[in-house]
Amino acid sequence: MSLYRDQAVVLRAWKLGEADRIISLHTLDHGKVRGVGKGVRRTRSKFGSRLEPLSHVSIQLYRGRGDLDTITQVETIDRFGSLRADPDRFARAEAMLEAVEQVAQDREPDRALHMMLVRALSTLDRNDSALVMAGFFLKLLAHEGLQPQLDECVSCGAGEPLEAIDFNEGGVLCRNCRSGRPLSFEALQLLRRILGGDLGGVLAESTGPATGEVDLLATAILEHHLERRLRSVAVMDQTPG
Amino acid sequence: MSYSVTVQELIDQLGRLPGIGPKSAQRVAFYLLKAPPEDALRLSRAIAEAKEKVSFCDRCFNLSEGGEECAICRDPRRESRLLCVVEDSQDIVAVERTQEFRGRYHVLQGAFSPIDGIGVDQLRVKELMTRVGEEDVEEVIVATNPNLEGEATAALLVKYLKPMGVRVTRLASGLPVGGDLEYADELTLGRALEGRQLLDAGDD
Repeated sequence: MSLYRDQAVVLRAWKLGEADRIISLHTLDHGKVRGVGKGVRRTRSKFGSRLEPLSHVSIQLYRGRGDLDTITQVETIDRFGSLRADPDRFARAEAMLEAVEQVAQDREPDRALHMMLVRALSTLDRNDSALVMAGFFLKLLAHEGLQPQLDECVSCGAGEPLEAIDFNEGGVLCRNCRSGRPLSFEALQLLRRILGGDLGGVLAESTGPATGEVDLLATAILEHHLERRLRSVAVMDQTPG
Repeated sequence: MSYSVTVQELIDQLGRLPGIGPKSAQRVAFYLLKAPPEDALRLSRAIAEAKEKVSFCDRCFNLSEGGEECAICRDPRRESRLLCVVEDSQDIVAVERTQEFRGRYHVLQGAFSPIDGIGVDQLRVKELMTRVGEEDVEEVIVATNPNLEGEATAALLVKYLKPMGVRVTRLASGLPVGGDLEYADELTLGRALEGRQLLDAGDD
């Protein structure tokens, strides 16, 4: 029953009643929190514009008895303006929000996850690389302790050449043990670099032939562990006509 | 105690309506049961008639009554070179209330929202592109909501309409008429500054 301040990324928003919204937030110190923005859909609302998904905000909430806190003040830290002006990057950003919304637990503080999301959004805001989302998904998996084993064959322990990846087995496989889906050497190198701490280096390079493969793989691994499809990803490759 | 099958069915059907929870559904059901028969029948007739007569316009996807095209698409006095793109049919009513617009409309039937699984295929974008290609449209006015999804929809439309060589404009955002400047949020005020209007060029 008290007021608290925090920093948050707005993950999703749902309409509530006539003029309110339920806002799902990932906060720095309180984990995933759902709050009610009272009257934020009215044109006269002072902070309606600041509570749209994809906003990094400084926020004050009132913790009441129920599951939903009440949002009392909001200030913008970053709006990630370029993401909103580019439909492709917008979809990728929403996919990252969707993943966090799925993974994060209610009121379980997770500073590392929060910082990762903020950094990924601001990187995507500046960098058009297809690997920002893939990199974020892989780091998210690693954060949850679910990163694929990439050093040796998960079945027999053999070294190179490793030619396949099987999500059920939890990593890469050699020629003799192979199952799951095929994996190119270039893609394996990219996966190793991303999970080995060189995401920055990978993003700085121009996109290579394995970029698309890693992009699809990262999404597939995450969807495998979430046990559901990401809706934002399904929308990405649509074109009219 | 539970309700009889018929009453429960009525409550369940009412409960499927937006904004009506189980308790409201009960309240409405009992109101209808207590109301004079002709009142309840009038409602059921209105629903049946609306479902029968009203459909979506083949051209602009606005609601249309009696015919394949809606009243606005059929009206020859409407300028066909101006096309106003909105998210929903309700938005047409809002634009019409201004009495400032004499062009035609196109309803997308939603807004770009990947997180809800709504992309190009779920919206009437393909149909919009066909219209821009076939009709003598000179300007497309994007009148989607000034929120996250609406802005993303505008960006999406620009992406697909740009190669078609048509002029694309966006509704201005700014200060509400009758409001106070000091109460405006910084985003709206910023937009208002960005889209300020020339009163006098001062070069005479």
